[in-house]
Amino acid sequence: MDYPTQFDVIVVGGGHAGTEAALAAARSGASTLLLTQNIETLGQMSCNPAIGGIGKSHLVKEIDALGGAMALAADRAGIHFRTLNSRKGPAVRATRAQSDRQLYKMAIREALERQENLQIFQQSVDDLIVEGDRVRGAVTSSGLKFKAHAVVLTVGTFLGGVMHVGMEKQAGGRAGDAPSNPLAERLRQLPFGVDRLKTGTPPRIDGNSVDFSELEVQPGDEPRPVMSYMGSVADHPAQVSCFITHTNQNTHEIIRGGLDRSPMFTGEIDGVGPRYCPSIEDKVVRFAERHSHQIFIEPEGLGTRELYPNGISTSLPFDVQLALVRSIKGFENAHITRPGYAIEYDYFEPRDLHSSLETRHLGGLYFAGQINGTTGYEEAAAQGLIAGINAARQSRDLEPWCPQRSEAYIGVLIDDLITMGTKEPYRMFTSRAEYRLILRQDNADRRLTEKGRELGLIDDERWRRYNEKCERIEAGKETLKHHWVQPGNAAMESVLGQSLTREYNLGELVKRPHIGIEALLEATDLERDDPEVNEQIEIDFKYEGYIVRQQEEIRRIETQQGVALPEGVDYSEIQGLSNEVQQKLEAVRPTTIGQASRISGVTPAAISVLLVHLKKKNLLGQDRKSA
Amino acid sequence: MSGSDGTSGLVKDTISAIATPAGRGGVGIVRVSGSQVAAIAHSLLGKLPAPRYATMATFRNVEGEAIDQGLALYFKAPHSFTGEDVLELHGHGGPLVMDMLLNETVRLGASIARPGEFSERAFLNDKIDLSQAEAIADLIDSVSQQAARSAIRSLQGEFSDLIHALNEQVINLRMYVEAAIDFPEEEIDFLADNKVKDSLASIREKLVAVTQQADQGAILREGIALVLAGRPNAGKSSLMNQLSGRETSIVTRVAGTTRDVLNEYIHLDGIPLKITDTAGLRESLDEVEIQGVQRAIREIENADRVLLIVDLTEPLIDNDEDLLAYVNELIDELPATAPVTVVLNKVDLVSKKVANLTRSLTQEYIVISALTGQGITELKTHLKEIVGYDSSSEGSFIARARHVDALNRAQGHLDTGMEQLVATDAGELLAEELRYCQQCLAEITGEFTSDDLLGRIFSSFCIGK
Repeated sequence: MDYPTQFDVIVVGGGHAGTEAALAAARSGASTLLLTQNIETLGQMSCNPAIGGIGKSHLVKEIDALGGAMALAADRAGIHFRTLNSRKGPAVRATRAQSDRQLYKMAIREALERQENLQIFQQSVDDLIVEGDRVRGAVTSSGLKFKAHAVVLTVGTFLGGVMHVGMEKQAGGRAGDAPSNPLAERLRQLPFGVDRLKTGTPPRIDGNSVDFSELEVQPGDEPRPVMSYMGSVADHPAQVSCFITHTNQNTHEIIRGGLDRSPMFTGEIDGVGPRYCPSIEDKVVRFAERHSHQIFIEPEGLGTRELYPNGISTSLPFDVQLALVRSIKGFENAHITRPGYAIEYDYFEPRDLHSSLETRHLGGLYFAGQINGTTGYEEAAAQGLIAGINAARQSRDLEPWCPQRSEAYIGVLIDDLITMGTKEPYRMFTSRAEYRLILRQDNADRRLTEKGRELGLIDDERWRRYNEKCERIEAGKETLKHHWVQPGNAAMESVLGQSLTREYNLGELVKRPHIGIEALLEATDLERDDPEVNEQIEIDFKYEGYIVRQQEEIRRIETQQGVALPEGVDYSEIQGLSNEVQQKLEAVRPTTIGQASRISGVTPAAISVLLVHLKKKNLLGQDRKSA
Repeated sequence: MSGSDGTSGLVKDTISAIATPAGRGGVGIVRVSGSQVAAIAHSLLGKLPAPRYATMATFRNVEGEAIDQGLALYFKAPHSFTGEDVLELHGHGGPLVMDMLLNETVRLGASIARPGEFSERAFLNDKIDLSQAEAIADLIDSVSQQAARSAIRSLQGEFSDLIHALNEQVINLRMYVEAAIDFPEEEIDFLADNKVKDSLASIREKLVAVTQQADQGAILREGIALVLAGRPNAGKSSLMNQLSGRETSIVTRVAGTTRDVLNEYIHLDGIPLKITDTAGLRESLDEVEIQGVQRAIREIENADRVLLIVDLTEPLIDNDEDLLAYVNELIDELPATAPVTVVLNKVDLVSKKVANLTRSLTQEYIVISALTGQGITELKTHLKEIVGYDSSSEGSFIARARHVDALNRAQGHLDTGMEQLVATDAGELLAEELRYCQQCLAEITGEFTSDDLLGRIFSSFCIGK
């Protein structure tokens, strides 16, 4: 039957991409339907129970700065917080929250249920409604037809998912959940490029069977970091510790003995796995000279004794898994609660996407998450947010929006995907961001919240707090610049560890290496603002030279970034472009000259030829600034 | 932590180039176009000349030392060739002066123009007719290819080995620094490690050495390396004397007279050439001669151009097929990378059948007589073209200037990175400077992406708990 109401946006899938997509679409005012196989698994963490980490907390805080749910849920579910890279500079610091899986799901579900304009319906989607070159809705397994202006697909590893344990394989999207094969079949009929990827999980362990006295304890950080700009330590539940142990030579012997029954080493699996998250068998084979590998033991939650031993992801047969686990210090009598497995799944060529995450082949259809070849909750959620925003905007005939590489890690993520594609599950790292000093986890709100407000994503309370914070930062910077200290100021000279040679203002002094703002203020009679504001002031001063340089660079690149390449350019007819460059441009179909210049192998000379061609065809915007 | 000079290796909007054929003496012009022209004029001339008036001025470097004296012309946007602010410096045409002027504009923030870039800007700013679009595209394409070849030529030999070794070392260091940042829990703490400081120092040492070697002044003094090769008694020494106008080699009719490598420095219309006369390439049992042949091979490997001299009176050459086979055999003896021009000598003795003899030849060739001087003018013209002093092309000369510029910027970033590490232990700022440093080197060695770097990290360290 046809469902009686027409929606603006339908989101298919209730994982991290799907929930952020549905929330963002509804938040910006679109009537939204979230279709999920199972309401109980909304916001499920299928892999390790942690949110954030290097490069990833940057994404989480950007999602938060745009009004998303992930950071708030991580605060409400976080049972162990750490600041990574705390001894390095602020640009590369990151936050990681070990999360209670149940609390996390509850927080996400609550956010979904409280969201206006959002309906949830439980049934798997088997088909899309397509009219001409546009998608018009989705059909569920029972034949229910839901109509909408736009559909966001966030189906994770469920498309043609196959799970491997040893030589046994089984269809599935996640242990315990069925794959979405009819939908996978349907999508394979459409003109998308499809390929296979692989990922895996370790066996889970019953904490009651572990000898904790043999493990190294890793407590959370104090003072405890917070994930959301709206969050506080008061949101956090009880805190617990993580643990560390190591594999040994005996473990490695056991693994080598099982390789003849490993689906990875016998060719059963042809999907490509992530290089930065290899299975334990892969590590033992590739780094044969290492006699030990670290295992980071993550608690699954407050209400369970189950543990997630991060570092021994494996698809070896169960008997080998059991033997290898029991060879590890502290795990001698361990009981495995769920075997580890590898999963292979379909993903679609992300270079077939626009930066809005709308597919190039079917209007109104958006892809977000692992379907685009990424891995990680944070990467998925970031794409979901952008797809949700743009699906909602399209339903109201508004221009799409995606942050630039210079504005957000979200921009880096999407630009990398649509420009370079990916051959392995794509994960964010700070080294992927050329504007790393500007794109910090501490200033995501200052980079994005204003835009979020414009997009209708920011509620009044967040907006008020954001503005207040910005005003205090500006006021604080002015205060520092206008507070002068004289030579002979004993308190100040003791902070600086040397005498003052002339009059200085505090703005100059805070730039000095190893001099913190708190210590400087201590030596004055100035009022001290809260640490969050002071941190921003200090970073602004300390990074000033680099930030100015990067902004100058960005300004220059924006001139190119702003030159649009029209949809219909026929690269094969452009004289002066090599065949290789023509093919590359054809595959990516960049939307701006800036994007074209980032395609590997597209030379500055090729860009010049492109510009000349556009000019000749009168396709260059009239407002183009002189190069 | 703040403070860096802003000489990054990235997009710059002001470009500079020598606009006249270099090395021809007389007047030479350096042209600068872009938004920084006024600032560059102030530094070089001490003032901004009135638009479209020729102004006599002394061109000075940042230190205040005079580089040259000449005319300065300033065109204010949009009334200029490119449609942007343009400054033209008309100085004395010697390559050294032009080189110093160009370098000074680069120090002041311009970048060396890409091939065809002035025309491209003129076109994009409506200064050139739309009907010329194809011609501009072709120009960009052809000069870019030429520039690429010149860059490769500039990169041959020891210079290339040094650059690549240097680049590898930078990549290796970045691998440690970036891995420590992105994978802090993998026990690769570079800050605790003196290795980083040692490695930085060693890279800097190499960079300084390579910059000195690449320095354009040195190239000019040494000249473009030209090697004369061929069978004994083919007339190499006579040709050398003909080109230099002096008797340096021992010229006799006995094959194998030139027992060692002889160097001669000459000027062709102000272009310095280092001509090396090699011992004949032939198998010999004579110990001294064997050494001579080995030295010849080394010289050929480092040459900008090899002139392969063929004696047309050689008894083995009877018809065109013979000549082709003979030339191919000689070329096979040379290192595969050697850029060769075939010089057919002693035309005075076989003038009648030359046209028939050469009809099958597939290589670039010039017919001369080292004895009578026939064809020497054509040979000189050819030499000027191939070394890149031709007005329309870009040769090794500019290619090398680009490399020197990139190396200088790379060194600046390395120095700042080292300061940052010493002053603050701040790994991310060292990482930033190393990234810029590598971008500069990548202008010479080719693209190196963040994904390439991650690939190195994953294959070198066992990442992933």
